[in-house]
Amino acid sequence: MAPLPDGVAWRGAARILSGLLEARTGQILSEGRAWRMETALRPVIRTHNLRDMDDLAAQVVGKRNAALEEDVVNALLNNESSFFRDLQVFDMVHRQILPHIQQERSDRTLRIWSAGCSTGQEAYSLAIRMRNDAARWQGWRIEILATDISTAAIDQARSGVFSQMDVQRGLSVGDLLKWFEPHGEDWRASAELRRMIDFRRDNLFDPRAPSGEYDLLLCRNVLLYFTPERRQAVLHLLARHSHANSVLLLGAGETVIGQGDDFVPHAEFRGGYACKVLQPDCAGGAMRRVC
Amino acid sequence: MKNCLVVDDSKVIRKVARHILESLDLTVSEAVDGQDALTQCEASAPDVVLLDWNMPVMSGMEFLQALSTARMAARPKIIFCTTENGISHIKAAVEAGADEYVMKPFDRETLESKLTIVGVI
Repeated sequence: MAPLPDGVAWRGAARILSGLLEARTGQILSEGRAWRMETALRPVIRTHNLRDMDDLAAQVVGKRNAALEEDVVNALLNNESSFFRDLQVFDMVHRQILPHIQQERSDRTLRIWSAGCSTGQEAYSLAIRMRNDAARWQGWRIEILATDISTAAIDQARSGVFSQMDVQRGLSVGDLLKWFEPHGEDWRASAELRRMIDFRRDNLFDPRAPSGEYDLLLCRNVLLYFTPERRQAVLHLLARHSHANSVLLLGAGETVIGQGDDFVPHAEFRGGYACKVLQPDCAGGAMRRVC
Repeated sequence: MKNCLVVDDSKVIRKVARHILESLDLTVSEAVDGQDALTQCEASAPDVVLLDWNMPVMSGMEFLQALSTARMAARPKIIFCTTENGISHIKAAVEAGADEYVMKPFDRETLESKLTIVGVI
């Protein structure tokens, strides 16, 4: 297929397809990602025997083809992820945040939500750290929920299969040998790791998967794709699933500042956020939301 | 600045590795085989060695064995580079003393990740 010109017709197709992405996921394509649109959609065009972007856009507009729309959305979502991405964050979680939470949870239950988990490396990284420190978590019930809008990403995450390139970005050779097994040319996370994580396809703007409150919430490198209004909506959702001692972690370039009043910078954990609008419940001393 | 010794009989690989490592604020020295690397390590121990596996004169494995008995002030971290991802191959390298491994071809992100894991950057 010849390179697509920056013409009126193509820009129209791009607008239609990016509009589909925004309608389905809330994500807006930045200029930096828009230029890669054609490359990202090329496999979809080929799979559905279409001619080009215009043809694809025409199909999306003219026919209610759910499978095609799903493929377009999956192709346009940025599923970039890596194991132990921003290693210092995982060090802080392991050395400071989890011990802090552990002291607070008398019921010996730890609940973690990885929101916007992409292909699952973040959730697996957490599981690896916890399994490597099994003695500390002896007798604890650990629940890790990992959600993402992309069916393709969640399918891969659930399978636990990662390419050689994936595993050598962030994963130490010790953890690779301990927690993964060869799977053809790829590697697969052990059944023990896979069992620790509940991967669910879920939409942050129509959430079904999260329930109750989570001790640690990670929503890293997700908000940057949303409009300010949608960022506030996501933070509000995360706040609804937080308690007084919950810790929220965002991506390195993300912040809650100027994004509503659900969270404030955490007093103890640099880069972490605490739910703001919680006050003791008069009835039983438990914390309850007052907003 | 920390120093990385790149050991590879391929000039191209050494050049690519140097380019990446210098962009990560490391100083770089080069060796063309294990024997050359051993001589350089004994003269001035680097912080980390990016070690090719298959080389003439002295292979990566032979270098690791020789390094274990070499007289050095401090043992460098070893990241071995290979074109094979067989688990037995990786295990053999780790048992011989490698701290990390990376598969060729590698990119900046991968190398940066491995250097972070071994604590060099």
